[in-house]
Amino acid sequence: MKQVILDPTDERVPIRRTLAARSGEIRGRVAMLDIAKPRGDVLIDRLADHLIDRLPGVEVKRYRKPTFTKPAPDELRRRIAEESDFVIEALAD
Amino acid sequence: MENASASSLPAFTLLDGSGNGRKFPTGRVALLCFVKEDCPTCGITMPLIEAAHRAIGTSVDVLVIGQERDGNDKLVTRHHLTAPMLDDSALNVSFAYDLDTVPTVILADPAGKQLRRFIGFAREDWRGLMTELARQSGTAVPALDWNSMPELRPGCGSKSVAPEIAERLAAEARGERMTARRIELGDQEDVFEFMFERGLTDGLPVVPPTPERVRWMLTATRRDPREVIATAPPNLAPVTVEKLAINAVMAGARPEYLPVVIAALQAVCTDEFNIHGVMATTWGATPVIVVNGPIRNALGMNMGMMALGYGTRPNATIGRALKLVLRNVGGAKPGDIERSTLGAIGKFTTCFAEWEERSPFEPLHVERGFKKEDNVVTVFGLEAGSRQIADQTSRSARALAGSLGLGLEACWHPKQHGSGEVLLVISPEHADTIARDKWTKAQVRERIQEVTSRPLRELIPDEESGEGVPLKSMGLANPSADQLAQKIPKFRRPEYINIIVAGGEAGKFSAVFAGWVSGPMGSSSVSRKIEEAP
Repeated sequence: MKQVILDPTDERVPIRRTLAARSGEIRGRVAMLDIAKPRGDVLIDRLADHLIDRLPGVEVKRYRKPTFTKPAPDELRRRIAEESDFVIEALAD
Repeated sequence: MENASASSLPAFTLLDGSGNGRKFPTGRVALLCFVKEDCPTCGITMPLIEAAHRAIGTSVDVLVIGQERDGNDKLVTRHHLTAPMLDDSALNVSFAYDLDTVPTVILADPAGKQLRRFIGFAREDWRGLMTELARQSGTAVPALDWNSMPELRPGCGSKSVAPEIAERLAAEARGERMTARRIELGDQEDVFEFMFERGLTDGLPVVPPTPERVRWMLTATRRDPREVIATAPPNLAPVTVEKLAINAVMAGARPEYLPVVIAALQAVCTDEFNIHGVMATTWGATPVIVVNGPIRNALGMNMGMMALGYGTRPNATIGRALKLVLRNVGGAKPGDIERSTLGAIGKFTTCFAEWEERSPFEPLHVERGFKKEDNVVTVFGLEAGSRQIADQTSRSARALAGSLGLGLEACWHPKQHGSGEVLLVISPEHADTIARDKWTKAQVRERIQEVTSRPLRELIPDEESGEGVPLKSMGLANPSADQLAQKIPKFRRPEYINIIVAGGEAGKFSAVFAGWVSGPMGSSSVSRKIEEAP
């Protein structure tokens, strides 16, 4: 006799997106996202210094999540997407 | 035999052995005989049914209604049946006729009104029926050896009332449909191994969520199985009642626990509780579930000895059901989005009830504005395991609350002051010591704050211990001597010390669930009324 069980998972099929084309160079606007973890800002500061030193063609802009415990608010993600060509996110301590 | 009744019987169409649809009412007097093959009383009845068909079949439609497809064929062969055998293996007609027992034999008039109904086998009922039908048809009463037949035999349970099948039939009758994908396994596949391999378990075996078990689970709620009751992070997946019921079956829960799981899920899937963070944090946090109200007793929840431990089904499975649905529907899997450095065993389930009757204090839910008779679930985003605080010698509320405070100071880190929510579970013996001095929860909290208050200079990170209260967070770059002497209590607010009573009668030990990030920046405890209760 065939056994039947019901699927306990989310059955939605995720939308597949292709990665943006890689230009081979870093130029333009770079978003530096601090997730608000302790000392995340220290890492971001050092990275920003290095980027500016080595890549004169980039403009660094800083963003910060209100709290590391929650996903970035929609409005913050929208701003980053509109205002940036690259994003560097310091994930955790 | 039941008395004749003029009630209209449900109309139906069923296929006979040749695949032809047979309708009822037939426009003639009809004898409906519900049978199943493995019922011995049906076996006794079959020759009488066939005899009736042969004797009076020209004027009375004798319809045999069999409950199992294979069994129907066997009955036809075994009893050389010429009366039409109709296939009710879907059991919809048996359900519509509200059968408890087979054989059930119903005599109906040409319009389909019930004239007579027998249940089981009674020789005199059959003899009377045969005589009456033969007289009405102007035929001879069939010659049968009545003395060889038993006088009375009880019938067997109708297949339509078998556990699991009955729930399916009731759900179908309500027009409810389950929409979850059905996964068919091969004959040789081990369903338990299959569920492990597909990553559907928490590391322990789960109960296979068959459609029958899920229907049984759904009997506990009036909600439509398709209703979306929450959006579960991290994948922001819609959770339907059916998906929750599937995971509750897997957890080993009983249907009457489902309303508690629904309330717990809705409580954690709020911005205030922030289950995303509670699951994703590298700290070992979990939703700690506390149940209040009469439902604790109705479900047999443990609030006494071993309340925070194991061995009680609702405690074990309500919390597990919540974790499984967050895993399987929400997508919070260990090593994936659930990223605790160490984890803790309480991540399987942490759920218990408050022993309200044994507490000298107002119960948790009443303190939070609910009525005592309300059933309420409260969820806390706390460490996934309790630590115990021993005090076997204090004889006053003041001394004991002092000990509890010193025990609480170790939460997160002893030098971390200005902390958020914790859950202090006071045992009955400790509660008695506090009650003797008529102390309130507010006094206990105040004493904890008093005994844990330390000068800032002892709390700042230093060479002895690099953790503590960072001066930057206090806005103090170069603190003065006065500022360094300022005392800071352990908790940011006294009400962050949540207090309940639970545990065994013997033992001067209380317990604490330490916190995580509290308030709008992290997780706040949420209480929610359980809407449907047994």
